[in-house]
Amino acid sequence: MGEVIVVTSGKGGVGKTTTTANVGTGLAKLDKKVVLVDTDIGLRNLDVVMGLENRIVYNIVDVIEGTCRIRNAIIRDKRYPNLYLLPSAQTRDKAAVTPEQMKKLTDELREEFDYVIMDCPAGIEQGFQNAIAGADRALVVTTPEVSAVRDADRIIGLLEANEMKQTNLIINRIRMDMVKRGDMMSSEDVFDVLAIDIIGIVPDDENIVISTNQGEPLVGSNTAAGKAYMNIARRITGEEVPYLDLNNRGNFFSKLFGKR
Amino acid sequence: MGLIDLFRRKGSGSIAKDRLRLVLVSDRANCSPEIMEQIKNDIIAVISKYIEIDTEGLDIKITQTESDGNNGIVPALYANIPIKDMKTYKK
Repeated sequence: MGEVIVVTSGKGGVGKTTTTANVGTGLAKLDKKVVLVDTDIGLRNLDVVMGLENRIVYNIVDVIEGTCRIRNAIIRDKRYPNLYLLPSAQTRDKAAVTPEQMKKLTDELREEFDYVIMDCPAGIEQGFQNAIAGADRALVVTTPEVSAVRDADRIIGLLEANEMKQTNLIINRIRMDMVKRGDMMSSEDVFDVLAIDIIGIVPDDENIVISTNQGEPLVGSNTAAGKAYMNIARRITGEEVPYLDLNNRGNFFSKLFGKR
Repeated sequence: MGLIDLFRRKGSGSIAKDRLRLVLVSDRANCSPEIMEQIKNDIIAVISKYIEIDTEGLDIKITQTESDGNNGIVPALYANIPIKDMKTYKK
């Protein structure tokens, strides 16, 4: 029985889809059988980030409405033996699916896969409720900005209210140069404010833009973000992985600016 | 540049953290402005029975404070109630 993990954030544009693509691909690289599910109905994106946009025939709404079987809609990523994508529908809206239907779908998927990674839409409305319905675990993505952290707090509250079993935080796009000069909240600051366990810290890395342009997740590559995403994938499997020294100087979790 | 740095001693990062802490306390308290107004009016009504207070200067808000126990930071109702005249203390 596989694990269903939802990647969510509340605020848009913080990196949910990038995180889904890279963590999912990272798990596939660790020889896990993975399916990525794009639940953002009407705003399909995970397919282009994965570089699989030209191979879509059926989508998640077709599966739920019974137009096709799950196996007809799932696309196999030929670059990895164990990686699959269930794309979203572009011409429908969130109301096309209910949380109950989504739960039924994820329960079917977990029979077949080790990890079912759900890419959640921004917002706290039906799309969010659909995406979390069948999940065992949530990864909340935020950036070290007031708006993103505030929305993450709201999402964490909603996940608790929905009795999510496990919730972890990913701090995305951190810039250690700015943290160092005191002009960006550190991961420690964000942890102090939100008080949930951090599972990964991903530095701001222009290679992400390049990788998205090319439709090829960079997880596992010799880039700062590639290493950070691989570490998150390892931690999801239960492995203890020390945090990267993002600064090339051991000041992570240091009290350099800890004069509070 | 050096002078500007002097004025910016508190980095914007810690300003962000402080602002977030405050806004999250009221977000989490889920306390609407209407309810805050009712609380305020009730406090005025109760205290005015005993002391003459400056209702204009009264300020209440939900904030957070270090707990006397060891619970760390806890939410607190903060009220600043200026007293106009202690002499009008009615028995």
